[in-house]
Amino acid sequence: MLVNPIKRAYLALESWFNISFGTEWNPMYHLGTLTFFFFWIILVTGLYLFGIFHGSIDGAYDSVEYITHEQWYLAGVMRSLHRYASDAAIITILLHMFKEFASGRYRGFRWFSWVSGLPILWLVVTLGITGYWLVWDELAQYVAVGSARLLDSLPIFSGSMASNFEEGEMTDRFFILIEFLHLLGQPLILFFMLWLHVKRISNVDINPPRGLAMGCFMALLVLSFIKPAVSHGPADLSSMPTVLQLDWFYLNAYPLMDLWSEGKTWLLATAITFVLMLLPWAPPKKDGPAAVVDLAHCNGCELCFDDCPFEAITVQARTDGAKFDKEVVVNPSLCASCGICMASCPSSNPFRLAEEELKTGIDMPALPVDKLRTMTQEAVAEMAGPANVLLVGCEHGFNVNRLDNNETKGIKLMCSGMIPPTMVEYALKKGADGVMIVGCRHNDCFFRFGNLWVDKRFSGERKPILRKRADRRRIRVFGGSETDKKSIESELSLFRNELLELNKEKVDVPDVGAGESTDV
Amino acid sequence: MFNSQNKFFRYVLQAINYSVFMGMIWYLSTSPSYRQLAEDEAVMTISFSHAGEIKEPCHRRTQKELMKLPPNMRAPMDCSRERSPIVIEVLLDGAPMYSKIANAPGLYKDGGIDIYHSEKVPAGSHHLSIKMDDSVLKEGFDYEFDQDIEIKPAQILLVGFDVSRGFVIK
Repeated sequence: MLVNPIKRAYLALESWFNISFGTEWNPMYHLGTLTFFFFWIILVTGLYLFGIFHGSIDGAYDSVEYITHEQWYLAGVMRSLHRYASDAAIITILLHMFKEFASGRYRGFRWFSWVSGLPILWLVVTLGITGYWLVWDELAQYVAVGSARLLDSLPIFSGSMASNFEEGEMTDRFFILIEFLHLLGQPLILFFMLWLHVKRISNVDINPPRGLAMGCFMALLVLSFIKPAVSHGPADLSSMPTVLQLDWFYLNAYPLMDLWSEGKTWLLATAITFVLMLLPWAPPKKDGPAAVVDLAHCNGCELCFDDCPFEAITVQARTDGAKFDKEVVVNPSLCASCGICMASCPSSNPFRLAEEELKTGIDMPALPVDKLRTMTQEAVAEMAGPANVLLVGCEHGFNVNRLDNNETKGIKLMCSGMIPPTMVEYALKKGADGVMIVGCRHNDCFFRFGNLWVDKRFSGERKPILRKRADRRRIRVFGGSETDKKSIESELSLFRNELLELNKEKVDVPDVGAGESTDV
Repeated sequence: MFNSQNKFFRYVLQAINYSVFMGMIWYLSTSPSYRQLAEDEAVMTISFSHAGEIKEPCHRRTQKELMKLPPNMRAPMDCSRERSPIVIEVLLDGAPMYSKIANAPGLYKDGGIDIYHSEKVPAGSHHLSIKMDDSVLKEGFDYEFDQDIEIKPAQILLVGFDVSRGFVIK
């Protein structure tokens, strides 16, 4: 199967981290939360440093020197942590962008998250830049004059900002402005943008796993001790700093400006931003039709509302006069067409309405639950091996139809989280010896929670649960991407061997009658 | 082939990953160092604000013109707000270094003009010539500056201007 090189690179990186950290701590699955974690480090250390910092021309440099050398054991470490956590945030943000791009999670319904993330990158970079100004060393001088030149080149401001950095022209008001920007203005806008960035997803988690957070913190702490952040010489507006130890995570635009010009640097930055901003529509991606609510089969239980990963479902008072208090409503513009809600609905029970079309409370027009039941029946009927396995896959992970043969049949859903637990039980009842769910890699579901909800439903932690009478030895959940054919085949082979053993001791289970509902 | 479930081996791999993470920050937070100026270079900055002269001479309104105006606006003199552009030419050791024709900013082109130009120059002795014309009503340059200068390596030589003193080395 053809996998584009960028995605292949991402999957290889993801695999490497899975081997190193396991799927729970894999940093690639926690890039957003790690960035939040680094922001917390920056905030806490920044507050401490602010208590010691003197925001004046004469006091700024000396206070930072005091922080670095006199109180090195606390304030100095805080300064280093402040700086290195800022650098780490750039790494996680860029990796986050790479991951979303490589795995195609920036188009269609995800355009909002992608586009709203770009101003965050701009904000973080400018926040870092104003941080470097405050030190008021030679590097700060370089950054201040360079930033002023960049702003002067825009046809926005009257007067020359750069002339403020001539010898004898600077006043302490400069520090008040930069302190306001760095300590209040930019962070407030950043937190607003972060809120906006995650607004279209539900169950937002902003904390990485504790072990991963501890590991990252320890790495930054060790780095702070072995290479403490230090200043250049004090700023001197009568001479030009010659050699600078630039922080390339934040200050890479300045040498480019020296090499080209202010205008060309703006042009490049603007062009990159616009190209990135337009990526979700190049070409446009049409999402499948949104989920549809059928009130005749909805009792307002809210399970679909709880499970929707994208805040596309809301609950409101009943409008059809039925005896229930509530009903759900789907916002089509937010719906990702993942089908997770369909599996949440207790009415998506294939044992119901056995002789007629199966209807459910919330259904997917592209693959209705009735069609899914038919597909399951047909796939099971087509197999004739000693240990027949129904593979349930998704459109974004491994293509399960690649393994089709006389004892293996795959059915492909929009998301593995779309399979109702009762459908698995139904497949076993209809003659499958085993059902293997092959969704995306564990913790890396294209639709965020598909494989997680499958795990929780099957283990009885989340409704609708897989009923106790279903033989769990005949059900296997395994995550795999397009490039994981070998490991999936290997797991399938192991599973089949286990099924062969089970078949030897197979005991008939009484049939379940039509109309029986799921234990929810 | 190692067993990925092996905890010890996993910790070793994690240590390698954290080391790469630290190494990236270690290196890119300060390296490679950037040389902004060569050892024998300095910087010359020309920076000042100046408003050009009024572009057109004032005109005394005739009685007929005055009568056309509302009574509260019958000022005898009609003076244009628009100011002349500034033309500046800078030569270093006889070679053109910088020249600009700067128009007055503002809706009525009546604002002061800010000139800011910074350029790397070789350190050492030079001859600096600056000419500036700030009026379209007069022929030739209104301000001229000619001086031998000495610039040390990495020095920022700042050239300013005010109407009373003309161009000055600050």
